[in-house]
Order: sequence, then structure tokens, then C-alpha cells
Amino acid sequence: MAVFVNGVIFDGVDTAAADAWRLDAYVARGGYQALRKILDSKLPQEDVIAEVKNSGLRGRGGAGFPTGLKWSFMPRSFPGDKYVVCNTDEGEPGTFKDRDILRFNPHSLIEGMIIAGYAMGTKAGYNYIHGEVFAEYLRFEEALEEARKAGFLGQNILGTDFSFELYAHHGYGAYICGEETALLESLEGKKGQPRFKPPFPASFGLYGKPTTINNTESFASVPFIIRDGAQKFLEAGKPNNGGTKLFSVSGHVNRPGNYEIPLGTPFSTLLEMAGGMKDGKKLKAVIPGGSSAPILPAEIMMNCTMDYDSISKAGSMLGSGAVIVMNEDVCMIKALERLAFFYHEESCGQCTPCREGTGWLYRVIHRIANGQGRPGDLELLDSVGNNMAGRTICALADAAVFPVRSFTKHFRHEFEYAIEHGKTLVDHKWC
Amino acid sequence: MLSAQSLALIDREVAKYPADQKRSAVMGALRIALEERRSTGETPEARCLNQEVIEFVANYLEIPPVAAYEVATFYNMYDMKPVGKYKITVCTNLPCALRGGVNAAEYISHKLGIAIGETSSDGMYTLLEGECMGACGDAPVLLVNNHSMCSFMTSEAIDKKLAELK
Repeated sequence: MAVFVNGVIFDGVDTAAADAWRLDAYVARGGYQALRKILDSKLPQEDVIAEVKNSGLRGRGGAGFPTGLKWSFMPRSFPGDKYVVCNTDEGEPGTFKDRDILRFNPHSLIEGMIIAGYAMGTKAGYNYIHGEVFAEYLRFEEALEEARKAGFLGQNILGTDFSFELYAHHGYGAYICGEETALLESLEGKKGQPRFKPPFPASFGLYGKPTTINNTESFASVPFIIRDGAQKFLEAGKPNNGGTKLFSVSGHVNRPGNYEIPLGTPFSTLLEMAGGMKDGKKLKAVIPGGSSAPILPAEIMMNCTMDYDSISKAGSMLGSGAVIVMNEDVCMIKALERLAFFYHEESCGQCTPCREGTGWLYRVIHRIANGQGRPGDLELLDSVGNNMAGRTICALADAAVFPVRSFTKHFRHEFEYAIEHGKTLVDHKWC
Repeated sequence: MLSAQSLALIDREVAKYPADQKRSAVMGALRIALEERRSTGETPEARCLNQEVIEFVANYLEIPPVAAYEVATFYNMYDMKPVGKYKITVCTNLPCALRGGVNAAEYISHKLGIAIGETSSDGMYTLLEGECMGACGDAPVLLVNNHSMCSFMTSEAIDKKLAELK
């Protein structure tokens, strides 16, 4: 289910209508006006980038890095090939927003990428799509074809001397490819193993050429910013947190789904929008930004607003905007065990601390969850985590350690009880 | 080794990348090769990728066989082991588990009489546990043969789906 409130990307999109994603419907909603505006007025590249900077748009994939600033890192005058790449490899547990962009409004992404191509002087782009969403990959291919036929993509776009080509690349099941340099390796037809940084993609990216990689939602926000102005986008959110954001709400709520709401909306309001707690159960904890974000207990979460700054102040991160809601019946050890399994499974194996460490974390949490915990296990988890975080090429190791640290911090008594008594404190029920 | 139709599809993938970067098409090419084997293979062994097919794809793209092999073994949707006519992958990750993902996997396991990771003795079904499919709002979610996503898979919906997969 998808619900959109005061949206930017989904403004006017009727998700129930079968053809809402098609070019005609997008154009009727004001689509491709931003591109026309740029091309008609021959807007200088730096003005496009300035507009994106002024909008306060921060990367929607998880890191929250200012999009306009990232664009300004590209060497615009570099004479050779350059690329823009979209990261639709959405596999962070809890995140399912980009899939809805491909399903219901793919042209917003296409237009955003064309504008990015114009602003950074690139001739080609790729959208890397998560392996498990094949139907959405096919739809995106079809949308590309529509855009080509209508003259928005390809040689001499809308009769100007600006040319840009865009292709879809389909992944095939590797969480690590959501990491931008692993994604580039994968696009090159290799194992998705992250690269050392520096050099950063802006100087050495796809095929060794300057490349800018943004999240789907970031690109899809750009047409609105150009068409309606940076100020209007900025005002839709709050200072330093421009715009609206898609929040994927999952878990124990009555209406899971995507909610596009202004940044800065209180969590309690979002929870209400999602229909409140399922079966009237009590809220226990929330992971506010995807599985890699530290968990927050209900009492802290209920005082947060949904934006980068507030969630960060509370000790977690907004990440991709994936809000995983858990009720009082969930044993925190069982929940953590499942996440630890995921990171162990998805470690690419390149760096020893991550390859071995994720296995250690999983095995120790697994034994605690199954009443086999040993005295000293919590210290062992700490020690393993300290030898992983910050000691690897990419952030997957950190992502595996954050949940362990935050679960054992906020719900330490559950872990201590299980180790001491050989059984869990909470009579666990998934649902 | 692959049909003309599959080769045409692979050519379309190749055309997406610069002329000197055919290697980029290896992921798509392996997917297309696997799809052909899945749709034509009569036995679990004939439905998965094997060394011969991988080498064929590598030669077609003019890359070393090991370059294709390492891709086939790195990404988990490529079937490298014998697989049933219908491969059912159920997401049991945390957000799905909170809405019945684990129950759905157990229900299917019970109904088909196979454990997670097993293929039924008639070669019809393989049941797997999957990681995040990016559709947590639709949980429980499962994939049939990699490409067909099924949402809101309650016991009734599973009964209906399994009845279709004959």
C-alpha cells in the first residue's frame, strides 16, 4: 500500500490508476516542464547546481549528503566520458520507497537524471536496479522507451544540442551493491566488492571516469526543485532538512506503506498516519532509518521529529527513512539475531574483520537467543564490534555493529537475563 | 548452446554499454541464460547454471570464463545448484518477520513437506529463505523463480498460489 501526503515526488499521482506511471500521465502532471525550462532558457550548468544546493536536498539513500554539493564535485569541463548513476539497489531491510517510485512515477527519476546529466555535462547514465524487483525493472525499461520516443532522451533532446542516454542495469541479489563503489564494480560486470576511497567516484568512477551516484529518491526530487524552485522545496521541510521525504513504515502498524511527508513531522504523527499500533499493542522500539540505524526505545522515539537532525540527536540516524516498528511482544535478542544473520550473509568477504566478525556476531547472538549464552558474551560482542567498525573498506561492518551496540545498550537487561537464566525474558512472538 | 532468442536478448544488454565494455553485460547475460535453462530444463540439474553455460556466456562476451564464473557465484539469485521447477524464496528478514514472513516460510515448508533449502523429490519445488527484497510494506513477500513477486502472502494466498504452480 502506498499513501502519499503533501508529496513532492508523488504530487498528483493516483496510485490506483493503472496508467499513472506512463509518460502521458506524467506530462499531464507537469512532468518534463523542468527539463524544458532548462533547455529553453539555456540555463547555465552552475545555476542548475546552485538551485539544487539551495533546495537543501540531502541524499535520500542513507548518508544524507547534500546533493547539490555532490554535483559540484564533478569536473564539468573534463573532456572525456563522464557518468551519472542512480542507485536503485534498494535492499536495506525496511526500505521499500524506491520500488514505489519505479512503479508509480518512473519518469520523475528519468527527468531528474537527465537534468543531472545536463548539469554535470555527462552524456550517459545508468540506473542500477535491485535484483528482486524484476517487474519494476521491466517497467523502467518501458518508461525509458517512452521518453526516447518523445524526444526527452537520446540525441539532440527536444531539438537542442544536448544529448543524453540512459540505461537500466539489473542487479541479481547482493545487498553490498547498494554501496556506491560496489555498485560501480557490479555495473562493470564484476563481483560487487567495494573499492578503496579515495579516489572518489567524482574523479575515478564507472570505467575509471568521473561519476556521480545518487539515490533514486534524490534524483526524483530534482524536477520539482527546478520547476517550482528551490525555495518551495526547502519550505516543504525544515531548515537544513529541505523537502519532503518518503518514509517506509513496516512492522507492527495497521497500515504499512510509504508516506511522503515534510521532514520535521513528529514521529507520533507518522505512526498515526500508518494507522497506529496493530492490535492495539504497546510500542516497544523503532529502528528509524533502516536496519543499519541504531534502534531507539519507544519513549525516546515518541519525542523525535522525522528529520536528519532530530533523529541524529536522539542517537540514531534517519538513513533511508525506513521505519521498522516493533511491539511489546518482540524479544530484542531474536530481532537482533535476524539482523545479525543478514549482515553475515551479505558480507562480501573482502575484508577480514567484516567477513569473520559478522559471523562471530551472529553466532554469539544466536547462542544467547537460544539460551546458550555464556558469561562474558556481552563483552565479547563489544570486543568483536570494536575490531570491525572503522576497520574495513566500506561501511557494511559498521552497519552490522550499530544494531548490536544499540540493542545491547537500550535493552541490556534482556540480554543479561537470557545469559543468566538460559531463556529469554520476553515470550517472543513475531506477530 | 543458447537459443537465438536468448542471444538476441543478450545483444540488447551488450548494446547498453560502451563498445569496449562488453563485460558489463555479463550479469544480464547470465540471467538470460538461466531463464532459458529454467524454462526448458526437464530436471533440477538441467535448470541451473553449470560450467558449460557459464563458459559459453563468457566466450560470447569475449571475457575470461572465470570472470563470468565469479559473477555467477557472487550474486545469490543465480542458481548454481539443481533447482525445482518452481523456486520459492520467502523473505524472513526482520521487517517481514514482524508481519508473518517466518510463518509463511514454515507454512509452505509444512505444505510441501520440504525443509528450507530443499527440493521436493518430484523436482517440482525448491524452498529458500531470502534476504530483503525491498518490499517490506507488502509482507509476507515471496519470489517465484526470481522474477515474480507475490505480496501479502497469508496462508490463504499461499494455498491459492501453490495451486497455480503445477
